Amino acid sequence: MTDATEKAAERRPDGAPESLIKVSALREGTVIDHLVAGTALKVLSVLGMRFDGAVMVGLNLDSRKAGRKDIIKIERRELTPAEVARIALISPRATFSIIRDFKVVRKFTPELPELVEGLIRCPNPSCISNASWVSSKFTVLRADPLRVRCHYCERSLKKEEIELL
Amino acid sequence: MRDFSREELLAFLDEAAQFEGYDQPILRGKVMGSLFFEPSTRTNLSFSSAVQRLGGAVVGFADAKVSSTAKGESLVDTIRVVENYCDVILIRHPLEGAARLAAESTELPVINAGDGTNQHPSQTLLDLYTIRARRGRLDNLKIAFVGDLKYSRTVHSLIETLTHFDNEIFLISPPTLRMPPEFIEELDARGTAWREDEDFFAVASDVDILYTTRIQQERFPDPVEYEKVKNAYRIDRASIERIGGNVTVMHPLPRLNEISRDLDDYPGSAYFDQARNGVTVRKAVLSMLLGVPRT
Repeated sequence: MTDATEKAAERRPDGAPESLIKVSALREGTVIDHLVAGTALKVLSVLGMRFDGAVMVGLNLDSRKAGRKDIIKIERRELTPAEVARIALISPRATFSIIRDFKVVRKFTPELPELVEGLIRCPNPSCISNASWVSSKFTVLRADPLRVRCHYCERSLKKEEIELL
Repeated sequence: MRDFSREELLAFLDEAAQFEGYDQPILRGKVMGSLFFEPSTRTNLSFSSAVQRLGGAVVGFADAKVSSTAKGESLVDTIRVVENYCDVILIRHPLEGAARLAAESTELPVINAGDGTNQHPSQTLLDLYTIRARRGRLDNLKIAFVGDLKYSRTVHSLIETLTHFDNEIFLISPPTLRMPPEFIEELDARGTAWREDEDFFAVASDVDILYTTRIQQERFPDPVEYEKVKNAYRIDRASIERIGGNVTVMHPLPRLNEISRDLDDYPGSAYFDQARNGVTVRKAVLSMLLGVPRT
């Protein structure tokens, strides 16, 4: 976050949270917006908690669309397709804005592939995918609310049952 | 079984009917690799009988302890080796999804002879075949499943497949052995009417099919839990008469106490038919997968 943004935030008498994380305040990096409220810390965990630049997290902010949302702003980092897919599994309606020189050069909402490979651990201990030499595969039955089915043992999982690898 | 459409199932059953009593050696020179990582009597013998009645041969093992798996070999490696010895692979494995993984590891056709508590497709095909042979149709039936609905892959596989047809399903089990929620959701999603109850007589009256299962001791981690439910349901002549006469009694076998011996000569008992139909259906499966039609 730049000093200018911090000062702008301090000047807001009503403390409107979204003003704290204006996209334009980021010189280079990624803004992940419209995360389901309460999922930001999990997303950071998925990203490995290793960052070169500043990371700003907004939790439980007002959202016109969803009522509440989380936002993450990551300086000097663009996410890999695998990281984007992981985050989409946590929060299917998240939007990603790529910022370069303070401008949004790309904004997208990722679509989950029909088959998600190597990202989800099957919770079924009797599933062959938990053998060390097998990469897990899950068919996405529904994106929102998320529902996936193990390609091997055919067990279907709700979002809250999904454990990411 | 999820991969089959209603039309494909019906077409397969029509084809399978042509294999009743058919013993021509159309599979001469073909070898089935039979890999049983988990014990089986019926499925193993039934497939072996089917391939040999059509002139083919069998190689394989009936106990994982005598395979390279006991030395730590991965399933994928086992398949890559065995594919050099045969034309079709038959696999039973305690881990769910093992057959699908095997199929992804080889160009040969792979038959799932049961994977954990997941699927048992050839049993489902012979069950459908038996229902149609006995009742003349696969729609507009009242079908009750009784016993272990939690661990029985036979029941899971058949229920899932029956969603292609228009029937009323009754699920009768002790609370600890209820149908897993994902299968209930599938019934709902496909618009199949169902009802669940612990009391056999509360829901079993006027059913057309009574599909009973063994409470599988080997699936219970806690023997105390097994003791509580092992004799939960015992169907005998008196119980059949009480629910109303014209019912077809099915069981994948082996049975313990779920079906009384006094039902063996009851005209509606179809469990030994199922064993016979198993060979017929498996002959058709082998013919289809090996691309060798009847002559």
